[in-house]
Amino acid sequence: MALLTKKDANLIIDPLADNNPITIQVLGICSALAITAELKASVVMAISVIFVMGVGNVVISLMRNIIPSKIRIIVQLVVIAALVIVVDQVLKAFAYELSKTLAVFVGLIITNCIIMGRFEAFALGNGPWRSFLDGIGNALGYGVILIIVGFFRELLGSGTLFGYPVLGDPITKTGLYSIGYENNGFMILPPAALIVVGILIWVQRSRNTALIEEN
Amino acid sequence: MAFNTEKNLYTVLFAALMVVVVGSILAYLASGLKPLIKENERFEKQQNILYAMGVNDNEGTGSVSFIPTDRVEEVFTSYIKEQLVISGDQITEDDQAYLIDMKKQLAARKKGQAFKLPVYIGEKEGKKFYILPMYGKGLWDAIWGFIALDENMIVQGVYFDHKAETPGLGANIKERFFMDDFEGESIMEDGRLAGIKVIKGNNDPANTDKEDNAVDALAGATITGNGVTSMISESLNLYKDYLESVRSN
Repeated sequence: MALLTKKDANLIIDPLADNNPITIQVLGICSALAITAELKASVVMAISVIFVMGVGNVVISLMRNIIPSKIRIIVQLVVIAALVIVVDQVLKAFAYELSKTLAVFVGLIITNCIIMGRFEAFALGNGPWRSFLDGIGNALGYGVILIIVGFFRELLGSGTLFGYPVLGDPITKTGLYSIGYENNGFMILPPAALIVVGILIWVQRSRNTALIEEN
Repeated sequence: MAFNTEKNLYTVLFAALMVVVVGSILAYLASGLKPLIKENERFEKQQNILYAMGVNDNEGTGSVSFIPTDRVEEVFTSYIKEQLVISGDQITEDDQAYLIDMKKQLAARKKGQAFKLPVYIGEKEGKKFYILPMYGKGLWDAIWGFIALDENMIVQGVYFDHKAETPGLGANIKERFFMDDFEGESIMEDGRLAGIKVIKGNNDPANTDKEDNAVDALAGATITGNGVTSMISESLNLYKDYLESVRSN
């Protein structure tokens, strides 16, 4: 017995690879640049977006027949902003430590164009269950890229993963640093994220030539 | 569909209703959770002040670990011996001084109104700590913190926090590898108040030079670092007279 029909399963699987919001649609680049200097921040952002997108897509989908098309973008923004603030307030009251970690992401989630993009492109025209799957799928696709980029940037830029030194200590020169290895400070800066995303796009397209546009 | 969603009247009504519904949900939630949030903020402030004077659970961990919230109140009263409020020339005692919001006080100062400056005096193993709050701005939004000094104007510890600095870059001012560098630095230079600068090209990554009034900056966080520099010097300058009166060297 399949939990999901094949069509439904594709809603989750497609955005992970062949229709990835970052590498194929090139959406959500702004937050991908801003917060991937560390793996931990990437993971937190990925989880937050999965939540907001899953719930947001369902809310918009339920409201799709009553939203006036002239102000639909504003309605979408209000839904995202309200969701994010509700989560923020609840965390502040019951999980204060966690809310401190998440506070900086609030603004980045509200302005994430993938969320608006999926509301606009999918949730406005589909039922709640399919919208939910689509939201989770796209958020996962976004999160996967975020984590890959965060992994390389933190490893090459700071020599750590999740804050733990994995290549030795650069100050006392142990591990890799004892044979002359240096951290690449450029990897910490936002342009490095573009380069890593660029390399990911290149790898993906060279493996799947069907993705290359003809012109 | 029962009604025409393209009509202007419908659009206006929908927008108005949406604002009312969303607004009341958020207002209800915010006022309902306020007491809990206030309590959390109060504990956090106690934790931060204690952290600056080296009372924390850092031992054995590489990260920032506060005294747990269920014990913090008790620990706070046992370590913080005196809380003073400086208002103009007057210094009064007030055991609620830690609740003073520096942001509001600095705003009052800017408008030329009377303002209050809190000082927390802690005692640990017979040693006195003068803990001062700091408030300034980073790249995106506010940054703040506490600095603990001894009578010789040597930094015993700091705690920094921020509202919205970039994760992985400026946000690292609240990480130990940045805050620990301040310990042992002097805020005085040739007998005058100089503060501590966050600079690049310090050539002192392990921060062994404690005489230079400087610590190593964070890569990729220049503006946040500059914000920390000016926050320290501006905040300490507010306390200039008080610090002069407790200084022993």
